[in-house]
Amino acid sequence: MSLPGAKVNIAPSTLELADPGNGQAIINDFSIVVATVNGTGSQTSNLTLLRALFKMGIPINGKNIFPSNIQGLPTWYHIRVSHEGFIAFREPAEILVAFNQVTAKADMAKLPAGGVCLYSTEWMDISLRDDVYNYGIPTNQFLRQAGVKGKIKDYLTNMIYVGAIVQLLGIKLEFIEEALAYHFGRRQQLVDQNMGIVEMSYEWVAENLKKEDPYQVVPLDQTDGQILITGNEAAALGAVFGGVTVTSWYPITPSTSLVDALNDFLPKIRRDPDTGRATFAVIQAEDELAAAGMVMGAGWAGARAMTATSGPGLSLMSEFVGLGYFAEIPSVIWDIQRVGPSTGLPTRTSQGDILFAYYLGHGDTKNILLFPATAEECFEFGVIAFDLAEEIQTPVLVMSDLDLGMNTWMTPQFKFPSEPLKRGKVLSAEEVEERGFFRFLDLDGDGITYRTLPGNKNPKSAYLNRGTGHNRYAVYSEKPEDWEENMERLNRKFETARGMVPRPVIDQVDGAEIGIIAVGSTLPAIEEARSKLAKSGLSSDFLRIRALPTNDDTRDFVANHKRIYVIELNRDGQLHQLLTVEMPEMASRLMSLSRINGFPATARWIMNSIQAHESVNN
Amino acid sequence: MRTGQREKTNDIGLSRADYSGLTTTLCQGCGHNSISSQIIAVAFELNIRPHEIIRLSGIGCSSKTPAYFLGKSHGFNSLHGRMPAVGTGALIANHSLLAIGVSGDGDTASIGMGQFKHLMRRNVRMVYIVENNGVYGLTKGQFSATADEGQELKYAGTNPFPPEDLCVEAITAGCGFVARAFSGDPKQVRELLKAALSHRGTAFLDIISPCVTFNNRDTSTKSYAWGKEHAEPLQDLAYVPKDFVPRMDEIMVTHFSPGEVKLVELHDGSHIQLRKLEEDYDPADRLGALHRLEWARQQSEFITGLLYFNDSRPSMAEVNDLTETPLTELPANKLRPSPEALEEIMHSFL
Repeated sequence: MSLPGAKVNIAPSTLELADPGNGQAIINDFSIVVATVNGTGSQTSNLTLLRALFKMGIPINGKNIFPSNIQGLPTWYHIRVSHEGFIAFREPAEILVAFNQVTAKADMAKLPAGGVCLYSTEWMDISLRDDVYNYGIPTNQFLRQAGVKGKIKDYLTNMIYVGAIVQLLGIKLEFIEEALAYHFGRRQQLVDQNMGIVEMSYEWVAENLKKEDPYQVVPLDQTDGQILITGNEAAALGAVFGGVTVTSWYPITPSTSLVDALNDFLPKIRRDPDTGRATFAVIQAEDELAAAGMVMGAGWAGARAMTATSGPGLSLMSEFVGLGYFAEIPSVIWDIQRVGPSTGLPTRTSQGDILFAYYLGHGDTKNILLFPATAEECFEFGVIAFDLAEEIQTPVLVMSDLDLGMNTWMTPQFKFPSEPLKRGKVLSAEEVEERGFFRFLDLDGDGITYRTLPGNKNPKSAYLNRGTGHNRYAVYSEKPEDWEENMERLNRKFETARGMVPRPVIDQVDGAEIGIIAVGSTLPAIEEARSKLAKSGLSSDFLRIRALPTNDDTRDFVANHKRIYVIELNRDGQLHQLLTVEMPEMASRLMSLSRINGFPATARWIMNSIQAHESVNN
Repeated sequence: MRTGQREKTNDIGLSRADYSGLTTTLCQGCGHNSISSQIIAVAFELNIRPHEIIRLSGIGCSSKTPAYFLGKSHGFNSLHGRMPAVGTGALIANHSLLAIGVSGDGDTASIGMGQFKHLMRRNVRMVYIVENNGVYGLTKGQFSATADEGQELKYAGTNPFPPEDLCVEAITAGCGFVARAFSGDPKQVRELLKAALSHRGTAFLDIISPCVTFNNRDTSTKSYAWGKEHAEPLQDLAYVPKDFVPRMDEIMVTHFSPGEVKLVELHDGSHIQLRKLEEDYDPADRLGALHRLEWARQQSEFITGLLYFNDSRPSMAEVNDLTETPLTELPANKLRPSPEALEEIMHSFL
């Protein structure tokens, strides 16, 4: 079905490229920011644009800067387009879709000279800048023409800017249609309806506006075989292929979409093919205390159990994580970090839970942390977090963040796990009979002891698990020597873990003067900054920590560099603090470069900060 | 042939000692010890295989007791007020397990009230016992939320707040097996326990269990003296598990009284038989149960027996449509989908 008034035959783009000032078109290298009101369906339009560009083979990334609100507040969607493959957050964007009247003035003020402003001509109080390219569109006229009424109006209004951008940048319409078909699936009526508006706007711009700005796209082949996915979806998929059986959780932004994805994938591919029944359970708990408690109960019983949360939820889980550390219970906790303290900025990104998570629990606790930096690593760590938790018998916290978790990333397709599930030192009834069972006796010298699961038919396998002091036979004990022995063994286990967790990724270049250390989602900004710094004559080596505790790779890297910048998204330089504690003798080499404003890291911030430090040093 | 052994072993060849635990460290005369003994007796009498049951608890005097029974079964002495969550996780992970959880009035009625109610809502299949004495023992004598209004304690003074009634809370949360007993009446505790272990979902037993050290003044409704004078048994129970024939006759002879019997079929096909002391009491009547509890509160009395029974609601494991094989025993090929499944999903994100 096509909309009344919508043209069906579409002419190819005939706009000529204007001279951008230096005589050059700017191709496949710019950012777009779409300013809209949240709750109006702009996400569909934005993802359609993003996917169309992706399908053209151009490296892209989309970032949603959204409010903690259901409907009516400003939201911005940033699309980075980069033929060089730089997909970090970048401000200011060169192209603005000013579709939110409330913020239009401020949004326009941010545009760089020579930028592009797309706006609605029917807004009364708009004053345009004369140093940018302005394109006005009669949005209401389109909707009248298309006979659009009621609820759907807001949604379709957003398709108007899609059509205009498509015309202005030279995106091929077939890619938009593909993207819409992806979004709406088999609902062809919706595809047609949205496509009708896009085409109408596309045509109108071609006929009524003259393209003067330099920005355009041309197809590349840099996304072949890649997929677009959010980090949370990737994490959920990893968990599904990692054999998750019990998930308990409590809704909290920005972790909710991880469990949403589990609820989507699990019923499709984890029902028992023989009986059709579930090989999994996802339980929405009454709060994060209960969520963590169910994970500990399930992990103790032998399930691959996980939860997903964010800072405030992690605070509530701390008592259980301490129990999990001390009672040695395999468990996986995804922390999709947002800005704290307190409720903070629930819809903004951060790496502010590093110290808290590492030491989570009272008394002497140290936890294993994994830091995925890409969607692909979210998938991989989704799998191996369970292996590590069961092998080491302890909580494993996977430290993602809102930027990685909720935003849409292009990534190579995920590889089927090459290793079988690793279930750790679990004794069967027969094994208990042959070798006996001593729950907390360190038989192998690695601090990791043998456990049995409820249901084990050998009566010698039973033990009462507890958070209270216990001896090597799991019997309650208040003896000083028992307490010390147990805590020393837990420390030994933690040392063993250093060699089991993912090693850092190191990129070294010839003639590098400085080193950079970071974790997680700052990766794209760091890669871009390093490239640009190298071009300006400052080469750098980069070590990306993928897990805590660290191992000798990190120590060696620090030893081999005189100045190392530790880059992270928090106020207090938490990773920097940890590294200085780990290697106090080299602490003076480590410089903290940390910042928290709720936005992802930018290459410009990193570059400027390092250059400023270096100019003082030299 | 088996008569010679009958005194010593049950039908699966286990002795009573096979169900016992460590020696109790609670105060002498503590009501909790009597309850532990009844748990041991019931497990023995029901021929429960130790690996088929787990013991759970939170923190407090009562929560220490799982160390004193079922020593050949796995157990988890967890966090204060958090036994329900731990039990929920363990029992969804392995739904084939029976479970006895022991909590106290501090552990359940204060810090754990939220989890208690949500466990009931979810109908996790387990026996949830509160050893209720109206006082915090391990921290030496503070009022709990089930303490009587106006009650006086040596250190805490006078309690200005009304007590919570955990049976009322259980019923309103959707629990389908709600009973109250008195630890000084071991026979009734035993019978209720047997019935509770056959229930389809959560079975709640609020057992008044006097604290001999901190709350045993004769004026307290949680004292021995008060309990003996004011306990008003609602009905006598005779329990008939389907696989437990030998002792049936004995129990029935003692308690079966034709004309006064109400037969309730449990989920596993076994029966509990209620001898109603009152003609008009119907344990299937939810409103009646709540009414009766309020009436008892006004009389400063507690009624004992099965207050409410309804097994129409599916357990949490049933709601989740889990495989018959417990999740913890699924082989790797059921836990990891095929490479083709991953490929198909990857294709859907192209």
